Amino acid sequence: MIVGAGQAGGRAAEALRAAGFKGEILLLGDERHEPYERPRLSKSMLLGEEPAAAATIHPREWYAGHGVALRTRMRVEAIAPKSRAVMTADGQRLEYSTLLLCTGSRVRPLAGAPEGLAGVHYLRTLEDCQRLGARLRQGQRMVVIGGGFIGLEVASSALKRGLDVTVVERQDALLDRVLPPAIASRVASMHAAHGVSVRLGVPVERIRGNGAVQCVELADGAELPADVVVIGIGIIPNTELAEAAGAASSDGLVVDEYCRTTLDNVYAAGDVTNHYNPILQRRVRLESWQNAQNQAIAAARNIAGAAQPYAEVPWFWSDQLGSNIQMVGVTEPAMQIVWRGERLAFGLVDARLRLAVGFDAGADIRFARRLIESRAQIPSDRLADPAAKLKDLLSEVACSASTP
Amino acid sequence: MAWHEIAGAAALGEDEAMGVTLGDRPVALCRSGGVFYALHNVCTHQFALLSDGYVEHACIECPLHQGRFDLKTGAPLCAPVTEPVRVYRVKVEDGKVFVELDP
Repeated sequence: MIVGAGQAGGRAAEALRAAGFKGEILLLGDERHEPYERPRLSKSMLLGEEPAAAATIHPREWYAGHGVALRTRMRVEAIAPKSRAVMTADGQRLEYSTLLLCTGSRVRPLAGAPEGLAGVHYLRTLEDCQRLGARLRQGQRMVVIGGGFIGLEVASSALKRGLDVTVVERQDALLDRVLPPAIASRVASMHAAHGVSVRLGVPVERIRGNGAVQCVELADGAELPADVVVIGIGIIPNTELAEAAGAASSDGLVVDEYCRTTLDNVYAAGDVTNHYNPILQRRVRLESWQNAQNQAIAAARNIAGAAQPYAEVPWFWSDQLGSNIQMVGVTEPAMQIVWRGERLAFGLVDARLRLAVGFDAGADIRFARRLIESRAQIPSDRLADPAAKLKDLLSEVACSASTP
Repeated sequence: MAWHEIAGAAALGEDEAMGVTLGDRPVALCRSGGVFYALHNVCTHQFALLSDGYVEHACIECPLHQGRFDLKTGAPLCAPVTEPVRVYRVKVEDGKVFVELDP
């Protein structure tokens, strides 16, 4: 039984069948759609450039054709781990032999934001995307609250629509949770160069309006007129269901590298987990397309009998302002930042590569991923030298690693 | 059917790709395991030139979202790519590399 029919749930069902799982698969989701992916919702789909179906992982008939009982609009309210059953909101008791939780995450609400004020939006679901998309067609001035990837991608889309856009971030840098400030500042410059007004280091005081939003007041007294406000201040992992059943939780549901929670026969994958990454040798909670898909596949394979740890270097992309930004690895405190030209930045700890961020530099990012996996010490002057090919650096590192 | 000689192909290193335009068609020429492969250069997922991507083990990975294609068949190997990419025949004669385009 898979609870949660988002990207992770859908991919898990698919991977169970691909791994030869012969049992029944029940896939329960509280949204009304079959599993879909969210990256487009802040970009092409928000601008109406693609139909909703483009985000769908498989059409509905695929599930029936592969022996997957997909039940949408079905909310699970409780898990009884001892009797191996779940209770649904409509009063059913459904038994499982193995449970996989792909309950994902929800938007973090902005404290004090007024309820029911037209023009104030969050972005998480297909419906959110359609509502915001419609608003963008009428709007002229947008304020984005939160300088994370979602906010910045929405800013980029609104700019494409011709709106005046301001991004407000309470921290002193954009992308504060995910990138070192020295790298995030390049993203801020990109936005400024495209005409986005970026206000850093200032919290929002309140959102004002009368029926519809009119203005965002900042703590420094500034008033930003707006007819569209988008709040993108992060997500909260949906851990409560499993916590109530006794599963350990610490910034996400605690799972091991085999995607097992602390409850017997209960696995978890995707946004909801906090998992041990053997390559990084630390625990991580990831909010990414890669993790939603690949951790779900890993969980499915383990459920089907493989004993394969989930071990990948975290990777993320964002398309905004006509650029493709990719990051691989993780941001650590006090990293040494090394730029290689203007399109590629590295973060090192003890001369070991832990993070690479590329601006339209996809192939380089791929080599950087391998360099991170190698865990080798790399001279920073070589990384900084655009004439030293990353590919050659990788072979040097591989050679020195194999030398006794 | 027509064979097109690819200038500069001999300089292509192992696990490298180059983009060329044949007629009006963007083509990626790749070398992996000592073998040359040619395929349509645009990813079937979103617009990106595959020749800017990563070549390894007779596969090419798109630089945008890391979708992978089999260089021999053009088959998609992992999400987010689901549509195959067109492949073209390649021959090497006297150290020169040729790609065949259908009419």
